[in-house]
Amino acid sequence: MGLAKRIIPCLDVDNGRVVKGVNFVDIRDAGDPVEIARRYNEQGADEITFLDITASHQGRETTVHTVEAIAREVFIPLTVGGGIRSVEDIRTMLNAGADKVSINTAAIHEPELVRRASQRFGAQCIVVAIDAKRVDDVDGQPRWEIFTHGGRKPTGIDAVAWAVKMAELGAGEILLTSMDRDGTKNGFELGVTRAITDAVDIPVIASGGVGNLQHLVDGILLGGADAVLAASIFHFGEYTVPQAKIYLAEHGIEVRS
Amino acid sequence: MSGTVAVIDYGMGNLHSVASALEHVGAERVVVTCDAGEIRAADRVVFPGVGAIRDCMAEIRRLHCDELLQLALTEQRKPVLAICVGMQALMTDSEENGGVSCLNIIPGRVRHFGHPLQDADGQRLKVPHMGWNRVRQVRPHALWQGIPDDSRFYFVHSYYVTAEDRSLVAGSVEYGVTADAALARDNLFAAQFHPEKSHTAGLQLLRNFIEWNPAC
Repeated sequence: MGLAKRIIPCLDVDNGRVVKGVNFVDIRDAGDPVEIARRYNEQGADEITFLDITASHQGRETTVHTVEAIAREVFIPLTVGGGIRSVEDIRTMLNAGADKVSINTAAIHEPELVRRASQRFGAQCIVVAIDAKRVDDVDGQPRWEIFTHGGRKPTGIDAVAWAVKMAELGAGEILLTSMDRDGTKNGFELGVTRAITDAVDIPVIASGGVGNLQHLVDGILLGGADAVLAASIFHFGEYTVPQAKIYLAEHGIEVRS
Repeated sequence: MSGTVAVIDYGMGNLHSVASALEHVGAERVVVTCDAGEIRAADRVVFPGVGAIRDCMAEIRRLHCDELLQLALTEQRKPVLAICVGMQALMTDSEENGGVSCLNIIPGRVRHFGHPLQDADGQRLKVPHMGWNRVRQVRPHALWQGIPDDSRFYFVHSYYVTAEDRSLVAGSVEYGVTADAALARDNLFAAQFHPEKSHTAGLQLLRNFIEWNPAC
Protein backbone atom coordinates (compact mmCIF):
# COMPACT_ATOMS: atom_id res chain seq x y z
CA MET A 1 0.00 0.00 0.00
CA GLY A 2 1.49 3.33 -1.00
CA LEU A 3 1.78 5.95 -3.64
CA ALA A 4 -0.21 5.17 -6.80
CA LYS A 5 1.46 5.14 -10.21
CA ARG A 6 -0.04 7.95 -12.25
CA ILE A 7 -1.75 7.88 -15.64
CA ILE A 8 -1.49 11.20 -17.45
CA PRO A 9 -3.36 11.97 -20.69
CA CYS A 10 -1.58 14.60 -22.77
CA LEU A 11 -3.23 17.26 -24.93
CA ASP A 12 -1.21 18.81 -27.75
CA VAL A 13 -2.71 22.23 -28.28
CA ASP A 14 -2.20 24.64 -31.18
CA ASN A 15 -3.88 28.05 -31.05
CA GLY A 16 -6.32 26.88 -28.42
CA ARG A 17 -7.34 23.69 -30.27
CA VAL A 18 -6.30 20.12 -29.56
CA VAL A 19 -4.38 18.68 -32.50
CA LYS A 20 -3.58 15.03 -33.22
CA GLY A 21 -7.37 14.73 -32.99
CA VAL A 22 -9.57 13.38 -30.29
CA ASN A 23 -12.30 10.93 -31.05
CA PHE A 24 -14.47 10.27 -28.02
CA VAL A 25 -17.81 8.87 -29.08
CA ASP A 26 -19.90 11.31 -27.10
CA ILE A 27 -17.93 14.52 -27.36
CA ARG A 28 -19.44 17.57 -29.03
CA ASP A 29 -16.29 19.31 -30.13
CA ALA A 30 -13.27 17.10 -30.67
CA GLY A 31 -10.88 20.05 -30.68
CA ASP A 32 -11.90 21.85 -27.50
CA PRO A 33 -9.19 21.34 -24.86
CA VAL A 34 -11.49 22.38 -22.02
CA GLU A 35 -14.10 19.79 -22.93
CA ILE A 36 -11.46 17.10 -23.39
CA ALA A 37 -9.73 17.93 -20.10
CA ARG A 38 -13.09 17.79 -18.34
CA ARG A 39 -13.67 14.35 -19.86
CA TYR A 40 -10.33 13.01 -18.62
CA ASN A 41 -10.98 14.53 -15.19
CA GLU A 42 -14.30 12.63 -15.06
CA GLN A 43 -12.62 9.42 -16.22
CA GLY A 44 -10.27 9.50 -13.22
CA ALA A 45 -7.03 10.64 -14.88
CA ASP A 46 -4.42 11.36 -12.21
CA GLU A 47 -3.11 14.51 -13.87
CA ILE A 48 -3.41 16.27 -17.20
CA THR A 49 -0.53 17.58 -19.29
CA PHE A 50 -1.19 20.42 -21.70
CA LEU A 51 1.50 20.78 -24.35
CA ASP A 52 1.33 24.08 -26.18
CA ILE A 53 2.72 23.81 -29.69
CA THR A 54 1.51 27.25 -30.78
CA ALA A 55 4.16 29.15 -32.68
CA SER A 56 2.70 32.66 -32.76
CA HIS A 57 2.81 35.19 -29.94
CA GLN A 58 -0.88 35.93 -30.39
CA GLY A 59 -1.68 32.25 -30.05
CA ARG A 60 0.12 32.16 -26.71
CA GLU A 61 -2.45 34.51 -25.22
CA THR A 62 -5.11 32.04 -26.28
CA THR A 63 -3.16 29.39 -24.40
CA VAL A 64 -3.31 31.40 -21.18
CA HIS A 65 -7.09 31.72 -21.49
CA THR A 66 -7.44 28.01 -22.21
CA VAL A 67 -5.35 27.11 -19.16
CA GLU A 68 -7.55 29.41 -17.06
CA ALA A 69 -10.69 27.76 -18.36
CA ILE A 70 -9.36 24.25 -17.67
CA ALA A 71 -8.18 25.19 -14.17
CA ARG A 72 -11.67 26.44 -13.28
CA GLU A 73 -13.18 23.02 -13.91
CA VAL A 74 -10.50 20.40 -13.46
CA PHE A 75 -9.56 19.55 -9.88
CA ILE A 76 -6.54 17.36 -10.54
CA PRO A 77 -3.00 18.62 -11.20
CA LEU A 78 -2.41 20.36 -14.51
CA THR A 79 1.03 20.64 -16.12
CA VAL A 80 1.60 23.13 -18.92
CA GLY A 81 4.58 22.88 -21.26
CA GLY A 82 5.77 24.24 -24.58
CA GLY A 83 7.43 27.56 -25.24
CA ILE A 84 8.32 28.27 -21.61
CA ARG A 85 11.46 30.44 -21.78
CA SER A 86 11.64 32.60 -18.68
CA VAL A 87 10.64 32.97 -15.03
CA GLU A 88 8.00 35.39 -16.31
CA ASP A 89 6.51 32.74 -18.63
CA ILE A 90 6.36 30.35 -15.67
CA ARG A 91 4.67 32.93 -13.47
CA THR A 92 2.09 33.60 -16.22
CA MET A 93 1.17 29.92 -16.47
CA LEU A 94 1.06 29.36 -12.70
CA ASN A 95 -1.14 32.42 -12.31
CA ALA A 96 -3.40 31.11 -15.06
CA GLY A 97 -3.93 27.98 -12.96
CA ALA A 98 -1.20 25.53 -13.95
CA ASP A 99 0.14 23.50 -11.04
CA LYS A 100 3.39 22.61 -12.77
CA VAL A 101 5.28 24.00 -15.71
CA SER A 102 7.42 21.92 -18.01
CA ILE A 103 10.66 23.43 -19.34
CA ASN A 104 12.33 21.87 -22.36
CA THR A 105 14.58 23.74 -24.83
CA ALA A 106 15.04 26.76 -22.57
CA ALA A 107 16.75 24.53 -19.98
CA ILE A 108 19.28 23.48 -22.63
CA HIS A 109 20.02 27.09 -23.62
CA GLU A 110 20.04 28.29 -20.02
CA PRO A 111 20.26 25.59 -17.32
CA GLU A 112 20.28 28.25 -14.59
CA LEU A 113 16.64 28.98 -15.48
CA VAL A 114 15.76 25.70 -13.76
CA ARG A 115 17.57 26.73 -10.58
CA ARG A 116 16.02 30.20 -10.52
CA ALA A 117 12.54 28.88 -11.21
CA SER A 118 12.85 26.18 -8.58
CA GLN A 119 14.04 28.65 -5.95
CA ARG A 120 11.30 31.10 -6.82
CA PHE A 121 8.31 28.78 -7.21
CA GLY A 122 9.48 25.55 -5.53
CA ALA A 123 10.75 22.32 -7.05
CA GLN A 124 7.24 20.82 -6.89
CA CYS A 125 6.11 22.85 -9.89
CA ILE A 126 9.20 22.61 -12.10
CA VAL A 127 9.18 19.72 -14.57
CA VAL A 128 12.10 19.35 -16.96
CA ALA A 129 11.15 17.73 -20.28
CA ILE A 130 13.85 15.65 -21.96
CA ASP A 131 13.55 14.54 -25.59
CA ALA A 132 16.00 11.67 -26.00
CA LYS A 133 17.12 9.67 -29.01
CA ARG A 134 19.25 6.53 -29.04
CA VAL A 135 22.75 7.12 -30.44
CA ASP A 136 24.82 4.07 -29.54
CA ASP A 137 28.54 4.28 -28.90
CA VAL A 138 30.98 2.83 -31.45
CA ASP A 139 31.32 -0.28 -29.29
CA GLY A 140 27.54 -0.72 -29.37
CA GLN A 141 26.91 0.42 -25.79
CA PRO A 142 23.47 2.03 -25.57
CA ARG A 143 23.56 5.77 -25.12
CA TRP A 144 20.84 8.42 -25.44
CA GLU A 145 21.32 11.99 -26.52
CA ILE A 146 19.05 15.01 -26.17
CA PHE A 147 17.54 16.30 -29.40
CA THR A 148 15.65 19.55 -29.98
CA HIS A 149 13.36 20.77 -32.77
CA GLY A 150 11.07 17.77 -32.62
CA GLY A 151 13.95 15.31 -32.68
CA ARG A 152 15.78 16.80 -35.66
CA LYS A 153 18.63 18.65 -33.97
CA PRO A 154 21.24 16.83 -31.86
CA THR A 155 22.72 18.67 -28.89
CA GLY A 156 25.57 16.32 -27.98
CA ILE A 157 24.18 16.19 -24.42
CA ASP A 158 23.91 12.78 -22.76
CA ALA A 159 20.30 12.34 -21.62
CA VAL A 160 21.09 10.48 -18.38
CA ALA A 161 23.78 12.95 -17.27
CA TRP A 162 21.40 15.79 -18.15
CA ALA A 163 18.60 14.36 -16.02
CA VAL A 164 20.98 14.14 -13.05
CA LYS A 165 22.09 17.73 -13.59
CA MET A 166 18.49 18.98 -13.85
CA ALA A 167 17.59 17.23 -10.59
CA GLU A 168 20.59 18.89 -8.92
CA LEU A 169 19.50 22.30 -10.22
CA GLY A 170 16.09 21.84 -8.61
CA ALA A 171 13.76 20.09 -11.05
CA GLY A 172 10.94 18.35 -9.17
CA GLU A 173 10.17 15.84 -11.89
CA ILE A 174 11.43 14.62 -15.29
CA LEU A 175 9.17 14.18 -18.32
CA LEU A 176 11.11 11.80 -20.54
CA THR A 177 10.07 11.41 -24.17
CA SER A 178 11.72 8.95 -26.52
CA MET A 179 11.94 10.63 -29.91
CA ASP A 180 12.57 7.23 -31.53
CA ARG A 181 9.26 5.96 -30.22
CA ASP A 182 7.02 9.04 -30.18
CA GLY A 183 4.06 8.38 -32.46
CA THR A 184 5.12 4.81 -33.30
CA LYS A 185 2.81 2.92 -30.92
CA ASN A 186 5.68 0.46 -30.36
CA GLY A 187 5.98 1.15 -26.62
CA PHE A 188 8.34 3.20 -24.48
CA GLU A 189 12.11 3.08 -25.02
CA LEU A 190 12.65 1.13 -21.80
CA GLY A 191 16.45 1.38 -21.79
CA VAL A 192 16.57 5.14 -21.34
CA THR A 193 13.57 5.09 -19.01
CA ARG A 194 15.32 2.62 -16.71
CA ALA A 195 18.67 4.44 -16.95
CA ILE A 196 17.13 7.76 -15.93
CA THR A 197 14.79 6.44 -13.22
CA ASP A 198 17.78 4.68 -11.64
CA ALA A 199 19.98 7.76 -11.90
CA VAL A 200 17.70 10.35 -10.24
CA ASP A 201 15.76 10.52 -6.98
CA ILE A 202 12.95 12.65 -8.39
CA PRO A 203 9.88 11.12 -10.12
CA VAL A 204 10.07 10.31 -13.83
CA ILE A 205 7.16 10.37 -16.28
CA ALA A 206 7.64 8.07 -19.29
CA SER A 207 6.33 9.32 -22.62
CA GLY A 208 6.45 8.46 -26.30
CA GLY A 209 5.27 5.36 -28.11
CA VAL A 210 2.33 4.01 -26.14
CA GLY A 211 0.19 1.79 -28.37
CA ASN A 212 -1.51 -0.51 -25.88
CA LEU A 213 -2.02 -1.04 -22.17
CA GLN A 214 0.84 -3.52 -21.81
CA HIS A 215 3.18 -0.66 -22.83
CA LEU A 216 2.03 1.29 -19.77
CA VAL A 217 2.72 -1.73 -17.54
CA ASP A 218 6.17 -2.18 -19.10
CA GLY A 219 7.03 1.50 -18.59
CA ILE A 220 6.30 1.13 -14.88
CA LEU A 221 7.53 -2.40 -14.12
CA LEU A 222 10.49 -2.57 -16.52
CA GLY A 223 11.27 1.10 -17.04
CA GLY A 224 10.71 2.03 -13.39
CA ALA A 225 8.59 5.07 -14.31
CA ASP A 226 6.54 6.77 -11.60
CA ALA A 227 3.95 7.96 -14.10
CA VAL A 228 3.04 7.19 -17.70
CA LEU A 229 1.87 9.73 -20.25
CA ALA A 230 -0.12 8.92 -23.37
CA ALA A 231 -2.16 10.79 -25.94
CA SER A 232 -3.55 8.84 -28.85
CA ILE A 233 -4.63 5.62 -27.10
CA PHE A 234 -6.95 7.72 -24.95
CA HIS A 235 -7.90 10.37 -27.51
CA PHE A 236 -9.24 7.92 -30.04
CA GLY A 237 -11.21 5.99 -27.47
CA GLU A 238 -9.16 2.82 -27.99
CA TYR A 239 -8.89 2.68 -24.22
CA THR A 240 -10.40 4.69 -21.41
CA VAL A 241 -8.45 5.77 -18.34
CA PRO A 242 -10.46 3.37 -16.12
CA GLN A 243 -9.62 0.45 -18.47
CA ALA A 244 -5.94 1.36 -18.22
CA LYS A 245 -6.15 1.45 -14.42
CA ILE A 246 -7.86 -1.93 -14.24
CA TYR A 247 -5.16 -3.40 -16.48
CA LEU A 248 -2.37 -1.92 -14.37
CA ALA A 249 -4.02 -3.17 -11.16
CA GLU A 250 -4.28 -6.69 -12.66
CA HIS A 251 -0.53 -6.54 -13.12
CA GLY A 252 0.08 -5.72 -9.48
CA ILE A 253 0.54 -1.97 -9.93
CA GLU A 254 -1.03 0.39 -7.40
CA VAL A 255 -3.40 2.85 -9.00
CA ARG A 256 -5.97 5.34 -7.77
CA SER A 257 -9.30 3.74 -8.52
CA MET B 1 -23.92 28.81 5.00
CA SER B 2 -20.33 29.26 3.95
CA GLY B 3 -20.32 33.08 4.09
CA THR B 4 -17.14 34.67 2.79
CA VAL B 5 -14.02 32.54 2.54
CA ALA B 6 -10.77 34.50 2.53
CA VAL B 7 -7.83 32.76 0.88
CA ILE B 8 -4.75 34.45 2.33
CA ASP B 9 -2.52 35.61 -0.52
CA TYR B 10 1.04 36.32 0.53
CA GLY B 11 2.32 36.33 -3.02
CA MET B 12 3.71 32.80 -3.19
CA GLY B 13 2.09 31.38 -6.28
CA ASN B 14 -1.08 29.96 -7.70
CA LEU B 15 -4.11 30.39 -5.44
CA HIS B 16 -6.44 30.24 -8.40
CA SER B 17 -6.97 26.49 -7.91
CA VAL B 18 -7.98 26.80 -4.26
CA ALA B 19 -10.38 29.63 -5.03
CA SER B 20 -11.97 27.83 -8.02
CA ALA B 21 -12.38 24.63 -6.01
CA LEU B 22 -14.08 26.51 -3.15
CA GLU B 23 -16.43 28.19 -5.62
CA HIS B 24 -17.08 24.85 -7.30
CA VAL B 25 -18.27 23.27 -4.03
CA GLY B 26 -20.61 26.17 -3.35
CA ALA B 27 -18.79 28.81 -1.32
CA GLU B 28 -20.95 31.93 -1.45
CA ARG B 29 -18.04 34.32 -1.82
CA VAL B 30 -14.32 33.70 -2.13
CA VAL B 31 -11.74 36.46 -1.82
CA VAL B 32 -8.05 35.95 -2.52
CA THR B 33 -6.43 38.68 -0.50
CA CYS B 34 -3.75 39.89 1.88
CA ASP B 35 -5.89 42.81 3.01
CA ALA B 36 -6.24 42.81 6.80
CA GLY B 37 -9.77 44.23 6.70
CA GLU B 38 -11.03 41.58 4.30
CA ILE B 39 -9.42 38.72 6.19
CA ARG B 40 -10.79 40.03 9.48
CA ALA B 41 -14.28 40.36 8.01
CA ALA B 42 -14.32 36.89 6.39
CA ASP B 43 -16.29 34.02 7.91
CA ARG B 44 -13.68 31.40 7.08
CA VAL B 45 -9.98 31.51 6.29
CA VAL B 46 -7.84 29.33 4.04
CA PHE B 47 -4.08 29.52 4.61
CA PRO B 48 -2.40 27.97 1.56
CA GLY B 49 1.23 27.78 0.62
CA VAL B 50 3.51 26.63 -2.12
CA GLY B 51 7.22 27.00 -2.67
CA ALA B 52 10.15 27.26 -0.33
CA ILE B 53 9.45 27.78 3.38
CA ARG B 54 12.01 30.56 3.94
CA ASP B 55 10.42 32.83 1.32
CA CYS B 56 6.95 31.91 2.53
CA MET B 57 7.76 32.77 6.17
CA ALA B 58 9.39 36.05 5.15
CA GLU B 59 6.29 37.13 3.22
CA ILE B 60 3.88 35.88 5.91
CA ARG B 61 5.66 38.06 8.47
CA ARG B 62 6.19 41.05 6.19
CA LEU B 63 2.48 41.18 5.34
CA HIS B 64 1.46 40.45 8.99
CA CYS B 65 -0.47 37.37 7.88
CA ASP B 66 0.74 35.65 11.06
CA GLU B 67 -1.13 38.15 13.22
CA LEU B 68 -4.28 37.84 11.12
CA LEU B 69 -4.08 34.08 11.37
CA GLN B 70 -3.72 34.24 15.16
CA LEU B 71 -6.66 36.60 15.33
CA ALA B 72 -8.85 34.27 13.25
CA LEU B 73 -7.79 31.25 15.30
CA THR B 74 -7.90 32.47 18.87
CA GLU B 75 -10.02 35.60 19.13
CA GLN B 76 -12.46 35.31 16.25
CA ARG B 77 -12.47 31.49 16.41
CA LYS B 78 -13.30 31.15 12.73
CA PRO B 79 -12.84 27.91 10.82
CA VAL B 80 -9.31 27.90 9.37
CA LEU B 81 -7.95 25.45 6.78
CA ALA B 82 -4.18 25.35 6.22
CA ILE B 83 -2.86 23.58 3.12
CA CYS B 84 0.59 22.10 2.33
CA VAL B 85 3.28 24.70 3.10
CA GLY B 86 0.53 26.58 4.98
CA MET B 87 0.38 23.57 7.34
CA GLN B 88 4.18 23.42 7.59
CA ALA B 89 4.28 27.14 8.45
CA LEU B 90 2.11 26.44 11.53
CA MET B 91 4.80 24.25 13.09
CA THR B 92 7.72 25.25 15.32
CA ASP B 93 10.46 25.01 12.73
CA SER B 94 11.46 23.43 9.42
CA GLU B 95 14.69 21.81 8.25
CA GLU B 96 14.18 23.31 4.78
CA ASN B 97 16.54 26.05 3.52
CA GLY B 98 19.06 25.22 6.25
CA GLY B 99 16.56 25.67 9.08
CA VAL B 100 13.70 28.14 9.33
CA SER B 101 11.68 29.26 12.35
CA CYS B 102 7.94 28.94 11.78
CA LEU B 103 4.83 30.18 13.60
CA ASN B 104 4.76 27.62 16.45
CA ILE B 105 0.96 27.60 16.41
CA ILE B 106 1.19 23.81 16.57
CA PRO B 107 4.39 22.62 18.29
CA GLY B 108 6.25 20.19 16.06
CA ARG B 109 8.90 19.71 13.42
CA VAL B 110 9.08 19.76 9.62
CA ARG B 111 11.77 17.35 8.38
CA HIS B 112 13.11 16.17 5.03
CA PHE B 113 11.98 12.73 3.89
CA GLY B 114 15.61 11.66 3.85
CA HIS B 115 17.91 10.11 1.35
CA PRO B 116 17.79 7.34 0.39
CA LEU B 117 14.15 6.72 1.27
CA GLN B 118 12.72 3.20 1.20
CA ASP B 119 9.37 1.61 1.88
CA ALA B 120 8.81 -1.38 4.19
CA ASP B 121 9.73 -3.79 1.36
CA GLY B 122 13.04 -2.04 0.64
CA GLN B 123 11.76 -0.40 -2.56
CA ARG B 124 13.39 2.94 -3.31
CA LEU B 125 11.03 5.92 -2.97
CA LYS B 126 11.41 9.14 -4.94
CA VAL B 127 11.44 12.59 -3.32
CA PRO B 128 9.36 14.78 -3.68
CA HIS B 129 6.51 12.60 -2.47
CA MET B 130 4.43 13.41 -5.55
CA GLY B 131 1.10 11.87 -6.44
CA TRP B 132 -1.92 10.14 -4.94
CA ASN B 133 -1.44 8.45 -1.60
CA ARG B 134 -3.82 6.95 0.95
CA VAL B 135 -4.75 8.96 3.99
CA ARG B 136 -5.59 6.99 7.12
CA GLN B 137 -8.24 8.82 9.13
CA VAL B 138 -6.65 8.48 12.56
CA ARG B 139 -9.69 9.94 14.28
CA PRO B 140 -13.14 11.14 13.24
CA HIS B 141 -13.48 14.76 12.20
CA ALA B 142 -16.20 16.87 10.57
CA LEU B 143 -13.93 17.41 7.56
CA TRP B 144 -13.72 13.66 6.88
CA GLN B 145 -17.49 13.37 6.55
CA GLY B 146 -18.51 11.46 3.42
CA ILE B 147 -14.88 10.53 2.62
CA PRO B 148 -14.06 6.82 2.96
CA ASP B 149 -11.07 5.99 5.18
CA ASP B 150 -7.87 5.38 3.18
CA SER B 151 -9.04 7.57 0.29
CA ARG B 152 -6.27 8.87 -1.92
CA PHE B 153 -5.34 12.55 -1.92
CA TYR B 154 -2.80 14.41 -4.05
CA PHE B 155 0.49 15.18 -2.30
CA VAL B 156 3.54 17.05 -3.48
CA HIS B 157 6.19 17.79 -0.85
CA SER B 158 9.75 16.92 0.17
CA TYR B 159 9.40 17.84 3.85
CA TYR B 160 6.92 16.30 6.26
CA VAL B 161 5.28 17.30 9.53
CA THR B 162 5.37 15.59 12.91
CA ALA B 163 3.30 17.28 15.62
CA GLU B 164 4.48 16.92 19.22
CA ASP B 165 0.98 16.42 20.56
CA ARG B 166 -0.04 13.18 18.84
CA SER B 167 -3.68 13.70 19.85
CA LEU B 168 -3.86 16.45 17.21
CA VAL B 169 -3.22 14.02 14.33
CA ALA B 170 -6.39 13.60 12.26
CA GLY B 171 -4.83 11.81 9.29
CA SER B 172 -1.58 10.03 8.49
CA VAL B 173 0.22 8.91 5.34
CA GLU B 174 2.90 6.26 4.79
CA TYR B 175 5.86 7.14 2.60
CA GLY B 176 8.99 5.53 3.99
CA VAL B 177 8.01 7.18 7.26
CA THR B 178 4.62 7.81 8.84
CA ALA B 179 3.92 11.49 8.23
CA ASP B 180 1.12 13.67 9.59
CA ALA B 181 -1.24 14.17 6.65
CA ALA B 182 -3.77 16.19 8.63
CA LEU B 183 -3.80 17.92 12.02
CA ALA B 184 -6.83 19.33 13.76
CA ARG B 185 -7.31 21.43 16.86
CA ASP B 186 -10.51 23.29 17.73
CA ASN B 187 -11.37 25.50 14.74
CA LEU B 188 -8.16 24.69 12.83
CA PHE B 189 -7.69 21.90 10.27
CA ALA B 190 -4.37 21.53 8.46
CA ALA B 191 -3.69 19.24 5.49
CA GLN B 192 -0.37 18.31 3.92
CA PHE B 193 -2.16 17.17 0.75
CA HIS B 194 -3.89 19.47 -1.73
CA PRO B 195 -7.68 19.06 -1.40
CA GLU B 196 -8.14 21.46 -4.33
CA LYS B 197 -6.26 18.98 -6.55
CA SER B 198 -7.66 15.78 -5.06
CA HIS B 199 -10.73 15.37 -7.23
CA THR B 200 -13.78 13.83 -5.51
CA ALA B 201 -12.26 13.27 -2.05
CA GLY B 202 -10.63 16.70 -2.03
CA LEU B 203 -13.74 18.53 -3.15
CA GLN B 204 -15.75 16.72 -0.45
CA LEU B 205 -13.25 17.91 2.18
CA LEU B 206 -13.60 21.51 0.93
CA ARG B 207 -17.39 21.16 0.95
CA ASN B 208 -17.16 19.95 4.55
CA PHE B 209 -14.93 22.92 5.38
CA ILE B 210 -17.35 25.55 4.07
CA GLU B 211 -20.15 23.92 6.10
CA TRP B 212 -18.04 23.35 9.21
CA ASN B 213 -19.21 24.88 12.49
CA PRO B 214 -16.53 23.91 14.99
CA ALA B 215 -17.84 24.00 18.52
CA CYS B 216 -15.08 25.60 20.47
